[in-house]
Amino acid sequence: MQLDPTTLTWLIPVPPLLAFFLIVLFTNRSKWLSHTVAIGLMLVSWLMSWAVLADVLGRADFGKDGTIIAGAVEWLPFGAEGVAGTEPFRMGVLVDPLTAVMLFFVPLVCLMIFLYSVGYSNFQKPADPHDKPGEPPHHGVEPLYARFFAYLSLFAFGMLLLCVADNLLLMFVGWEIMGLCSFLLIGFWYARTYENPRQITPRQAAVKAFITTRVADVVMLLGIAYLYAATGTLSFREIMYAEEGHKLMELAAMASPIAGLSAAGLIGLLLLTGTVGKSAQFPLHTWLPDAMEGPTPVSAMIHAAAMVSAGVYAMIRVYPILAATAEHGAGHGLTPPALVLAAIGAFTALFAATIAVAQNDVKKVLAYSTISQLGFMLAALGIGGYIAAAFHLMTHAFFKALLFLGSGSIIHGVEHGMHHSHEKIDPQDMRFMGGLRTKMPVTFWTFLIGGFALAGFPLVTAGFWSKDEILLDAWLHAPVVFYTLAAAALLTAFYTMRQIMMVFFGKPRTEAAAHAQESHWTMTAPLIVLAVFAVGIGWVNIPKEFPGLGALVTGLGGETFWFKNFVGGALVEKPETPPFDWVPLITSFVVALGGLGLGWWVYRSAWARADDRDPVDAGLSRLGLGAVYRLLKNKYYFDELYDWAFVRPTFWLGEKFFSDFLDRGIIDGILHGVARISLRLGLAVRDWIDIPVVNRTLSDGSGEVVKAFGREIRVIQTGRVQQYLVIAMAIMLVIGAVLIVPGLGQ
Amino acid sequence: MIPLSWYLVLGAALFCVGVYGVLARRNAVAILMSVELMLNAVNINLVAFWHYLTPSAVSGMTFALIVFAVAAAEAAVGLALIISIYRRRQTVVAEDVSMMKF
Repeated sequence: MQLDPTTLTWLIPVPPLLAFFLIVLFTNRSKWLSHTVAIGLMLVSWLMSWAVLADVLGRADFGKDGTIIAGAVEWLPFGAEGVAGTEPFRMGVLVDPLTAVMLFFVPLVCLMIFLYSVGYSNFQKPADPHDKPGEPPHHGVEPLYARFFAYLSLFAFGMLLLCVADNLLLMFVGWEIMGLCSFLLIGFWYARTYENPRQITPRQAAVKAFITTRVADVVMLLGIAYLYAATGTLSFREIMYAEEGHKLMELAAMASPIAGLSAAGLIGLLLLTGTVGKSAQFPLHTWLPDAMEGPTPVSAMIHAAAMVSAGVYAMIRVYPILAATAEHGAGHGLTPPALVLAAIGAFTALFAATIAVAQNDVKKVLAYSTISQLGFMLAALGIGGYIAAAFHLMTHAFFKALLFLGSGSIIHGVEHGMHHSHEKIDPQDMRFMGGLRTKMPVTFWTFLIGGFALAGFPLVTAGFWSKDEILLDAWLHAPVVFYTLAAAALLTAFYTMRQIMMVFFGKPRTEAAAHAQESHWTMTAPLIVLAVFAVGIGWVNIPKEFPGLGALVTGLGGETFWFKNFVGGALVEKPETPPFDWVPLITSFVVALGGLGLGWWVYRSAWARADDRDPVDAGLSRLGLGAVYRLLKNKYYFDELYDWAFVRPTFWLGEKFFSDFLDRGIIDGILHGVARISLRLGLAVRDWIDIPVVNRTLSDGSGEVVKAFGREIRVIQTGRVQQYLVIAMAIMLVIGAVLIVPGLGQ
Repeated sequence: MIPLSWYLVLGAALFCVGVYGVLARRNAVAILMSVELMLNAVNINLVAFWHYLTPSAVSGMTFALIVFAVAAAEAAVGLALIISIYRRRQTVVAEDVSMMKF
């Protein structure tokens, strides 16, 4: 049977959902069957995605109306009355160039993460009787192995649904499914506790992530509702791309309830808040580093392939609304939401990068670097770098997934060493590592590639090209953003090198590190695949003007395959290609190489022993700036601030105000008052009516009759609720029979 | 076109599964889930009748939505009760909770 691309697109999200139900309902007792189902169906999804991708890449001038893939069905048979659209609400799928980019990397990275999870959950080892469900396994296979794959599959379903959705509501559904799954997966080791009561447990981290993103999602839902009320549709094509942006001009001209903002501006700000939560941007960034409590494949999933990317993807998707001005439909003006986006993005990029410098947990460094890189993307988008943002989103997905999976492999190696040496150390703390270069060569080389891509090592890595693109856009449109991002990029290269030096170079600082061992092939194979992409994917968007290489790539791929033209086709007005400029290019070179070199120089001989001080800490202390380092190390005390500003007042409000004052004081007080009055009234009635009239007039005989009757039938009151239900059922059946069977009732 | 009776049969089957669950399961959470099944069986009937008999009016759908809301509220209260019982008596088996009798 020949499947047409539209049907194929409809089917892309289905296999992971099927895998979820199969595992939950049928195969959850068999670990082997569960991961086979999950990986097999994810493979199907990947093949279908790439089949669609192959189809659209073969179309000339893909992205213009009529040459995209779109299909929709009537979902709600009526429109909202009295507003513009009274047509039925349609839901469907859409593949335009932006979706195509997502379909390129999302299923592939998901598949790699699935495969990696097999090794990560110790599939090859026998079960350890000491392991309990809900705690990380010590030696043996993960006790909740099947459940893990079920959750991962559901997560992949949510992400793929979000990618192919053609309207905001369906996208939001996928968005929320991912929110749920991130809660389940971050809290996967729900029973884990720590000796230090201040260290956040996976359970708390899950709740924190869920509530933080929920706050943002509610605001986003408001934005979606407002958009629907204003335009009568939520379809991406109808609002943003059709009719040369007429709807957008109307929106931009429409006044909103908040003075000074157009409807488009307000909707843009509301939608943007959703992304700030989902992509962990300042000030809602605190959940993401704590989400590191989840298993490492989950961190890779949340931080690379899926959830945080979804936030940026959503922003790129609705970018025409953000940048809509009354004159230009999908104009490139610096509208208020675009400015806010650029400001938040640039600030977060620098802010998170500074925190990452002072972290010692191997995964926390990556978490803050993720926040910082997402800031890069949003800043790029805010200043109009639509393509640069999409490009960095794609390259970042590959190298950050690679780094997270690599860090999981490192932790595994160190844990292996811990069993050997019986030391009690934190296997994620980089101070206890060192010298893993020779112990874990595959992990080392792939991590090095990922780290260099993150740092933007010139020419060979993908991160260089995408970051250069962002810097170029920033240089042309907003110099302030350019300087901020350049500083952030310098710090990025610095902390990346710091991490590589601490983990892989020098001498092993603990016995555990000395006995670390390379991970299973199911873990290293995904690393190698991702490393290939972390290098190669940058080549699709080398600027044409770039000396030497540009001509080569343009000659090989031709204009159509050039990423910029391809993705640019998704917009109504194709963004003009920014002119080539030497300043950002040289800046990219300098910050990447400078940061890496500085990192190497500062940490080349540091950490001779595990309890040494960090050279940056020592250096700052010598300058009398020790407080700065403590500030960074404690993440600017944002957790404490939020605890003080939101968590405690909420508890106070709940306990003191609602429970003690309102509930026990006022409401119970009223009830007690009523009760006391009733009591008095009752006593009076008893004394004046009951005793003289009822008791003495009517004899106790009636009471005796009832008592005797009750004694007889009290056997049916057993206290067992289900027996009552059986009786109720029987009575219902009798009444039903009387009503239905003719003749019985008369 | 799928005939109406199919939906009614599905609804009836789901309802019977729910009744069986309510009467036969020991775990109070499972009983609560079975009650949800019964409610949703009714929902299927509501939506099916709406779609086949009065598709122009929205009342059937609206009613189903109200049933959803009630079901959600019921689940919240029911689970809270079960948790409360579990904290006091360390059991969620319905027949073990039989103090309310003569």
